[in-house]
Amino acid sequence: MMINDAPKKSKSLWQHAFSELTRDKMAMTCLSIVVIYAVIAVLSALGFVGGDWAKEIGPSYAAPSTEFIFGLDIFGRSVFDKMIKGTEVAMSIGLVTAIISMIIGVALGATAGYFGGKIDEFIVWFYTTFTSIPYIMLLVAITFILGKGLIAIYLALGLTSWVNLCRLIRGEVIRHKDREYVHAAAAIGGGDFRKLFKHILPNVLHIVIINFSLQFQTAIKSEVILSFLGLGVQGRPSWGTMIDDAKLELARGVWWQLAAATLAMWIVVLALNILGDALRDALDPKLKGK
Amino acid sequence: MNIWAYIIRRLLYVIPVLLGVCLIIFVLFNMVSPDPTLIMLGKHASLSQMEDLRRELGLDRSWFLQYLDVVKSAFTFEFGRSWSTKQEIIEMIKAGAIPSLTLSVPAFVLSTVISIAISLFVAFFRGTFIDKSVVFLCVTMMSISSLAYILFGQWFFAFKLGWFEISGYEFGFPDFVPYVILPVIIWVMLGLGPDVRFYRTIILDEIYQDYVRTARAKGLGEKVIMFKHVLKNAMIPIITYVIIQIPFLILGALLLESFFSIPGLGGITLNAINSSDFPVVKAMTILISVAYILFSVLTDVLYTLVDPRVRLK
Repeated sequence: MMINDAPKKSKSLWQHAFSELTRDKMAMTCLSIVVIYAVIAVLSALGFVGGDWAKEIGPSYAAPSTEFIFGLDIFGRSVFDKMIKGTEVAMSIGLVTAIISMIIGVALGATAGYFGGKIDEFIVWFYTTFTSIPYIMLLVAITFILGKGLIAIYLALGLTSWVNLCRLIRGEVIRHKDREYVHAAAAIGGGDFRKLFKHILPNVLHIVIINFSLQFQTAIKSEVILSFLGLGVQGRPSWGTMIDDAKLELARGVWWQLAAATLAMWIVVLALNILGDALRDALDPKLKGK
Repeated sequence: MNIWAYIIRRLLYVIPVLLGVCLIIFVLFNMVSPDPTLIMLGKHASLSQMEDLRRELGLDRSWFLQYLDVVKSAFTFEFGRSWSTKQEIIEMIKAGAIPSLTLSVPAFVLSTVISIAISLFVAFFRGTFIDKSVVFLCVTMMSISSLAYILFGQWFFAFKLGWFEISGYEFGFPDFVPYVILPVIIWVMLGLGPDVRFYRTIILDEIYQDYVRTARAKGLGEKVIMFKHVLKNAMIPIITYVIIQIPFLILGALLLESFFSIPGLGGITLNAINSSDFPVVKAMTILISVAYILFSVLTDVLYTLVDPRVRLK
């Protein structure tokens, strides 16, 4: 809208990115898919959909049919309802994990890049150390400590996934902190806090956004691995536990639980992947015009 | 700064990082993790039993001494014994290394070669329909859960079609070959998406460089440019990417080994995780971390040796 109102004014980076994104049909399709998943997750959390997943509605392992669209599981529960209910878990894991890793990554990265010196050395040492430890072992160790459950999964995935963002933010802040506009902000009396949050961070925000969408889908995929390791969600359906259940089911020819969960996950992860790429193309000034 | 000073400084930096890794492992497993004696003895253990076990495991000593133990094991590789099997951990690692490597080495080599070949191919056709569809295919493949690949592959190709062994392992060449073929194929499939995308980006970064335009301007053919100029320059980031993955080959593929019952390090680690066998989990963590640290030094040093453009700081 703003773009049409002020055609003479040159577009800001954000306006440019916005108009580029809205013109990209693929990205818009993907965005709508993600929004639909989010709506399903919210409706499921409020109890409007998938609430009957625990109800026994037919024989154990009934194959998909017109009556049971994705078949039934071992307890005669609807796989379709479990898949819908699993959306809630997956989307919440994606969102919370991405938020946790964003907060840690931005805070540490900005601090290291802006203040430099000993603080920088310490933070660089910390993340170098952290990345030297295999991801899966960290994940396991943290879930050992926190026990099982959704909160443990949020924290385990969030606490182990901030390094990339931290590194990128640090690099960008170092690039920006000696620019004229920051000196200008200092000259009119802006303190460190103001310079960092009001002036520098908006200029590196695109990295945060791109990373957010990447982190979101990585977390959804990681939940499956955690479920396989026996560290997954307890007492409610998730795509990870559904896929993990399939290791016992496939030999009996029961493929529908694997198929339903894999399909549900694949669509949203694919959408997030494509959306992430589109965001990067639209937001990263280095790629502009390529 | 001269190159040797840089190498020495880079090597010295290994020490704080290694101490840090030990510190994180120590904090996670010795300080904040739930009491292992409770896990080992169950909830109905008496206090004196727990005391005895704590003394036996050396958990009654001061935290500083326990931390020193972790540090020591990172240098000597003396990890003690497993809590569940009572075996020497270093012996378990030696026994598990061979099956892991028979799976991970061929898989890694194959997937790297195939990915680079495909990415060169698509970079050649950059911007065309071929390029776009391959990239889309990569993203599609990346978006499917890795567990789904393994489950489906094992069920369909081994169980349903009977083309491969469903699971198991035999020592010695060529006896192990039939058991690793399917896991290797699945490994390659898993790596294809992210790897092709990564290598393609690297190669495209080079293609838009000025020296390529120069080469084209002086009339060189696309093929010569691609293989003689672009690939040669792209080799630096490619090699870095390849080397830094090597430490993780030790672990084999945790999931693949477990599904195909390959008695490698991945399987050992997984069992240790499931039985809260902390010394084994710690040993594997330390082993891979040490390898990772050393290999990252190696890549940094190689990078500066190979690429004169890299400025030393």
